[in-house]
Amino acid sequence: MSENRALIESTLARRYAREKRFQWYGKLAISAGILFLGFLLATTVGNAYTALQQTYIGLEINLTEDDFDGDLTSKSLAQASYGKIIKRSLLEKFPQVSKRKEKKALYKLISTGAEYDLRDKVVANPELIGQSRIFWLLADDEVDVFMKGRIDRNVDEGSRRLKDNTIGWVDQLSAQDLIEKRFNKPFFTNGDSRDPEQAGILGAAMGSIYTILVTMLLAFPIGVAAAVYLQEFAPKNRITDVIEVNINNLAAVPSIIFGLLGLAIFINYFGLPRSIPLVGGLVLALMTLPTIIISSRAALASVPPSIREAALGIGSSPVQMVLHHVIPLAMPGMLTGAIIGFARALGETAPLLVIGMVAFIVDIPGGPMDPATVLPVQIYLWADSPERAFVEKTSAAIIVLLLFLIAVNVLIVIMRRKLERRW
Amino acid sequence: MNILIILFAAFVVAPIMLIIALTLNRQNRIIRNRIESVIKLFLLLCACIAIFATVGIVMSVLFESIRFFQVVPVTDFVFGLEWSPQTAIREDQVGSSGAFGAVPLFAGTFLITIIAMIIAAPLGLMSAIYLSEYASKPVRDFGKPLLEILAGIPTVVYGFFAALTVAPLVRDVASGLGFDVSSENALAAGLVMGIMILPFVSSLSDDVINAVPQSLRDGSLGLGATHSETIRKVVIPAALPGIVGSILLAVSRAIGETMIVVMAAGLAANLTANPLQSVTTVTVQIVTLLVGDQEFDSPKTLAAFALGLTLFIITLVLNVIALTVVRKYKEQYE
Repeated sequence: MSENRALIESTLARRYAREKRFQWYGKLAISAGILFLGFLLATTVGNAYTALQQTYIGLEINLTEDDFDGDLTSKSLAQASYGKIIKRSLLEKFPQVSKRKEKKALYKLISTGAEYDLRDKVVANPELIGQSRIFWLLADDEVDVFMKGRIDRNVDEGSRRLKDNTIGWVDQLSAQDLIEKRFNKPFFTNGDSRDPEQAGILGAAMGSIYTILVTMLLAFPIGVAAAVYLQEFAPKNRITDVIEVNINNLAAVPSIIFGLLGLAIFINYFGLPRSIPLVGGLVLALMTLPTIIISSRAALASVPPSIREAALGIGSSPVQMVLHHVIPLAMPGMLTGAIIGFARALGETAPLLVIGMVAFIVDIPGGPMDPATVLPVQIYLWADSPERAFVEKTSAAIIVLLLFLIAVNVLIVIMRRKLERRW
Repeated sequence: MNILIILFAAFVVAPIMLIIALTLNRQNRIIRNRIESVIKLFLLLCACIAIFATVGIVMSVLFESIRFFQVVPVTDFVFGLEWSPQTAIREDQVGSSGAFGAVPLFAGTFLITIIAMIIAAPLGLMSAIYLSEYASKPVRDFGKPLLEILAGIPTVVYGFFAALTVAPLVRDVASGLGFDVSSENALAAGLVMGIMILPFVSSLSDDVINAVPQSLRDGSLGLGATHSETIRKVVIPAALPGIVGSILLAVSRAIGETMIVVMAAGLAANLTANPLQSVTTVTVQIVTLLVGDQEFDSPKTLAAFALGLTLFIITLVLNVIALTVVRKYKEQYE
């Protein structure tokens, strides 16, 4: 007896130490996951917040009638060479610049897209002609990156993106308060662009909305109908077993395979065009269908049998019982499951790459048949671009996508609180 | 456009019409029964769409693969050690034939999957154990949703993070230690993928651990075992089949994962086991072969479908095994 006791007591300290260690492993594992999440979000937000602002340069431009060949019809206003006007004004601002190479560098201060903004201003307001006034134009992306402190001026000129003379001009402008950071409206109102300073996410966001709309319109009714059949009407036989096994396996097929399906069937066989939200929506609908069916079946199964019996007892047919009583009661659960599926579809990228939604599209799509891209694909495209200025745009697009998803998840939580019923 | 109209008519207009017809004819039993059988038929049709999706996947991938294997022999594809799918414009160009040996792709896929599982399996399992066995209710209510956020983040976000932040970090650390590192190394992609898979492992294992009957724990604790001894000697062995199943599901997820590897792993098909080198994976090659304009009869395009077929088969087998194991295990304690 005492021998045993001594044996146990001698090992006790070691066993307790091991117990402590084991608990620590658990704590470490969880904190590793959470720390990573924090790290990811912190770096993304850290990269993204500067995208809220964009650098503008105030340039004094003297618009004369000569710029429009003397005639001020709306056509000549729209067709005048605003690029030339901007270049001339830049040379007036920095008269000491004379060499060809230097001039080229000087013209690069202003975004190549700025001439269109200037055109729009003049066309909207032709009285500007004949006056000399300061116009605020978008600066080039390199200047913007420099203004946000991401190019170090102390680095040797040879390995710096922005050369000494450009930095000199920027310093001169900022001494005169002619360069400043303003709210980045183009980011929220433009489509994609090769120039980071002109690139916006509205096109991708609209593409996402159309794609998800197509997905919802197809996947939700079909998914709910399939779930109702399998849960309420299906006889127990081989065929329904096959359907069930099938749905479970379909839920685990890698998403890129659905892209191959879309490419082979919808594009190659049915001849639908590439890069349109309709095809994207069809592919994502097939992908989310199993999720919706599985969660809808769970919701239907949770409706208690007493409801069904009561409905049948007062003389309704099985179809009426399901349509009038079971489906309305299961609806909150089915909607929650469906929204979870759509949230996943909203963040899906791989199948859309395969069906060609990676095209470079500047126009904002006006419907599900217009070529478009979606938010996650836009993130992928920008992440692939070499310009330094695209890093903040990519991060900002990620934040927009995450905000979308957070909104969806908050909706789910609210719906659960309000609508869920425990029997 | 026509397809859109047909689909809309079939799945949105038709059910609405049926329900209206049913409400109008509530009194007449014969008509009601007929409408109801049409409704049931419609529901059956919807259930069959899931079958259509599977058949569609198998057919589309299979037919294109057969066309591919008519050009490139199956043995070359399965056992070939070289992958360079460029097809030449002129017949006499150097290397015009293209090589379609998929071994380097599978090796790369498994290398990254192994790295991911080395991260995800222990961390996920330990998180699940801690959350279900030790954590107080507030910690559980706080920790579990946080881990689930990791599962909800789109993979393209992980890919961007891996390429922009983790890969340079790995490169700096490893070259600081004197290793030769490629900037698109397998380690960065594997690490980030491991974190992505972590919540998957942890929530599946959590279910499995919770299914172990309390009586087993009570018995072990009553005999004087400490909590951790109970977990290691009783709970985990009892839950082992389920845990293995959940890890298999996670592996299948990692194999099919695309965006992280597309953005963070390389394109060069190196046959290496060195995680600091650049490798490519099956999914990366599918994406690279199919992005951009392509004609449907070049072996280059068809190769993507052959890769898709192998990917589909591998993940399907893993899933079937995993689901069977988990189901058997759950029945054991019911």
